[in-house]
Amino acid sequence: MSMNGQGRPTRPEAAPASDAATLTGNAGLVIEEALIFELDSPGAVGVDLPPVPATAQHLGGVKPRRSIGLPQLSEPTVVRHYTRLSQKNMAIDSAFYPLGSCTMKHNPRLNEKMARLPGFADVHPLQPVSTAQGSLDLVAELARWLNTLTGMPAVALSPGAGAHGEMCGMMAIRAAIEHREGKDSRRRRVLVPESAHGTNPATAAAIGFTVDPIPADATGRVDVAALEAKLGDDVAAIMLTNPNTCGLFERDIVHIAEMVHAAGGFFYCDGANFNAIVGRVRPADLGVDAMHINLHKTFSTPHGGGGPGAGPVVLSEALAPFAPRPFVVRDASGVRIVEHEGEAGSTGLSFGRMKAFHGQMGMFVRALTYMLSHGADGLWQVASDSVLNANYVLASLKDVMSAPFEGPCMHEALFDDRFLKGTGVSTLDFAKAMIDEGYHPMTMYFPLVVHGAMLIEPTETESKATLDGFVDTMRRLAQKAKAGEADWFAAAPRHTPRRRLDETLAARRPVLRWRPPETRAQAAE
Amino acid sequence: MIRYTKDHEWVRIDGDLAVCGITDHAQGQLGDVVFVEVPEPGRKVEQGKDAAVVESVKAASEVYAPIAGTVAEGNAAIVDDPSLVNRDAAGEGWFFKLRDFDRAQFDALMDEAAYRAYVAETA
Amino acid sequence: MRYLPLTEADRRAMLATIGAPSVDALFRDVPQSARLTGPIAGLPAHKGELEVERIVGRMAARSVPVSSVPSFLGAGVYKHHVPASVDHLIQRGEFLTSYTPYQPEVSQGTLQVLFEFQTQVALLTGMEVANASMYDGSTACAEAVMMANRATRRIRAVLSGGLHPHYREVNETNARFVGFTLDARPADVDGTEDLAALVDDLTSCVVVQNPSVFGHVRDYSDLAQACHAKGALLVVVVTEVVSLGLLTPPGDMGADIVVAEGQGLGVGLNFGGPHVGLFATREKFVRQMPGRLCGETVDADGRRGFVLTLSTREQHIRREKATSNICTNSGLCALAFSIHLSLLGERGLMDLAALNHATAVGLAGRLAAVKGVAVLNRGFFNEFTVRLPKPAAGVVEDLASRGILAGVPASRLWPADPSVADLLLVCATETTTASDVDAFVEALTEVLA
Repeated sequence: MSMNGQGRPTRPEAAPASDAATLTGNAGLVIEEALIFELDSPGAVGVDLPPVPATAQHLGGVKPRRSIGLPQLSEPTVVRHYTRLSQKNMAIDSAFYPLGSCTMKHNPRLNEKMARLPGFADVHPLQPVSTAQGSLDLVAELARWLNTLTGMPAVALSPGAGAHGEMCGMMAIRAAIEHREGKDSRRRRVLVPESAHGTNPATAAAIGFTVDPIPADATGRVDVAALEAKLGDDVAAIMLTNPNTCGLFERDIVHIAEMVHAAGGFFYCDGANFNAIVGRVRPADLGVDAMHINLHKTFSTPHGGGGPGAGPVVLSEALAPFAPRPFVVRDASGVRIVEHEGEAGSTGLSFGRMKAFHGQMGMFVRALTYMLSHGADGLWQVASDSVLNANYVLASLKDVMSAPFEGPCMHEALFDDRFLKGTGVSTLDFAKAMIDEGYHPMTMYFPLVVHGAMLIEPTETESKATLDGFVDTMRRLAQKAKAGEADWFAAAPRHTPRRRLDETLAARRPVLRWRPPETRAQAAE
Repeated sequence: MIRYTKDHEWVRIDGDLAVCGITDHAQGQLGDVVFVEVPEPGRKVEQGKDAAVVESVKAASEVYAPIAGTVAEGNAAIVDDPSLVNRDAAGEGWFFKLRDFDRAQFDALMDEAAYRAYVAETA
Repeated sequence: MRYLPLTEADRRAMLATIGAPSVDALFRDVPQSARLTGPIAGLPAHKGELEVERIVGRMAARSVPVSSVPSFLGAGVYKHHVPASVDHLIQRGEFLTSYTPYQPEVSQGTLQVLFEFQTQVALLTGMEVANASMYDGSTACAEAVMMANRATRRIRAVLSGGLHPHYREVNETNARFVGFTLDARPADVDGTEDLAALVDDLTSCVVVQNPSVFGHVRDYSDLAQACHAKGALLVVVVTEVVSLGLLTPPGDMGADIVVAEGQGLGVGLNFGGPHVGLFATREKFVRQMPGRLCGETVDADGRRGFVLTLSTREQHIRREKATSNICTNSGLCALAFSIHLSLLGERGLMDLAALNHATAVGLAGRLAAVKGVAVLNRGFFNEFTVRLPKPAAGVVEDLASRGILAGVPASRLWPADPSVADLLLVCATETTTASDVDAFVEALTEVLA
């Protein structure tokens, strides 16, 4: 049997009921809210539409629909419903959210205001290019900033998020490999460190590469000797995250890039952790051929409860001709979009289209607004402060928690669960106790290369006072765990809208949608 | 007679058939099992290659065939109620039965004492 | 810098705690050759809000917003009125600035929204289950084809000539790299293609779009039966989600997978992104589905709650064996979609759809009366195709210079197919006014004269 993923309890232990129960189940500002379907009030309306003109239907023989099953609600009911739901979420706006690898930094509201300008938000992707020059100008300007910050000559803007960007970069690599002659065109092996994000092997495998894992060395970095031994004339690429998922910079990166290039392969860099080096280190100077940039991490576009993101991919000279369509070109007449092969500016080598239109325009506006706000000097300080904050957390906690690797770290500090050994408290319990204290947990059980991992990424937008409060809380929690209060941890969280949820039940008997009570009763029979 | 693999499968000979499952140690490592996929009768499986799937909430694993053979039956009971694998991994929680299996491969696997030592040493 | 809380005094104190002489020392693992010595050259210095607003505002002013002129653009992206409360609610920081709901105890808001969204999508499409959204309609379509390949263990998909060419191209990219075969049909201008004959024992799925990119509306029940008779799946693509308020849903026609672009509700145009992909299927295919799923469960006190579930299909656990490499969905757009649909409700969506159709029927009648113009559709929803007496691209440019966004010339989507050069895709929605129609008809008459 193969095993991947580290097991952890997925259903709550029996725990004493909360002692502060109210009559209604509400708890002051946090109010219980039914499903929108349960609020149905037939006859209520949330919009006032003009009357439908009496015209004959032209539906070509298709029957008009009789019912859908949606609830009817007034606007106040809808506004209150979503407002109450929002109050059950922890967010960067309200709390410290040190989720490693996710770069949960402050989301400036100027970004939101700019993205809503009608000249961006209310422009149709297929209106004549002559009427969309401002929108295209913004795209071209964002491309210029990304090229300058990375030192890379080209950028593909259409990918919808980081994983989509990885796919874009790896497709460009495969297209470039296939463009070669003979045996060289059949390279399919991709080297991926064991510490990589799960998306890396998933992406490579999805588009026809075979994944060959590389072990980490004792310092938490790629084992260079093991890597060298795996290089060969069937290797298409290496996929490396740098700074890596342990929060460490790959010291041998330039040497690794040279070795991979000498062996005829490409260097794909997972740019998820670009925030640590933005404005201070240019990926081109590390030997990178392709790197995606999560605009929702480094460039502050909001995470939105899980997207939308944007994952532009910067490309080296060797990969640029294979970039996906569409892309923008600036010439004497203004900015144009190259949508098809054969149009002026096309290379004849593009690997094709990845997404319906030109990319995540709304995210481009937010990211460029952020870049303009910071400027080159501000971005330098972003990387500096993000690394300083993480090292401050590492230095302040390493005597009570256990750090698997020597510092300095980059933008995130990694701990393992050795400090909890023998306490009966797991990484998960520890994290749930943090929630009660008002902190979003760090990333847990990732990277897979250390046991019970806790990956803390403070980002540069946290103050020293916030970090001091956090450090103090973490120290007290660690002491409490060591003092043998495992039951207290096992019962956490107690002060949240819901306590631990039964994930086992959810997976064994999936209920993925609401059904009207009568059909539910039928289904149960 | 029962034998074990290093991948935490067990195999027991029962007349003409070899019954295969995952060990109690393996189910403990997985946590609550929520989904199981067993092979169709008639499928030929090779030793050490994918034969079934077992998933807990946070881990997905392939179950390898401990020895080569032809699937005689998959255990429908664990498909209906995956928690059987947690409750009785070595008994009612079996995964599949093989016919025309490779007896020599069976003989070469670990016996119970060897498997226990192996688990103790890798823990 | 207004986004950076550390003061110089803080930085000195923190370096002292760390025991490092400078921030530069913390970057010691970066090879010296790759370390810049100061802010990157070629980019400006930081700016205040006012200055940034001016720069970005100047760019925005150089595009023509659709709402500022008569517009008849569609072809996969549709202008609808979005109620003010939608944008207000999605900007609540608890929605806007939270992450994927991996800690369910402090994410019940997002999780309940996703559970409601999944239910809304299932109801709209007439399917049993739906996921928590995808990047957009085109990537949802590509995932549907790959899911059909997995579910049927076959690798040949048939794509209708009524499928949006961009969607076809995304599939072509995947087919090349993932390794499967596509039978992509030529442009189905008149909406009469018969795909049943192309389905055989090797076909994984047939992909049709309803309404088609040319606006044709058809009943695909017979095609669904033909697919099922050969063990293939029927994938139905909907690019105008409002149409589901009027037309028989794909689920009732026998579709196995329904994917849609949800942009029409709550999201807006955004020059093509971000949008939101909807993905729905039959219960029996749940474990083959890509993307995130939210499920109902109970907490330690026995109260109803929601969690992300069946995540073992996903990349962070299965790694190279995942059903898809997707990680992010389009959460905030799904929220906007969901709020808009909640405001509309059953009656509102059906009325909105009827209003769109009636407006388009009115426009089609007026355009058909213009000399030299022919409407090609027998049945349509809010978009149809007209044949012009000369190449449509030039006509669109002429009309744009007169302040009218006349629709999408088919040549923008099929540049290599001269047979569609004189076709124009025209759309009307509830935002189209009588004076917009008058202006369009008048200007078109002049341009064609």
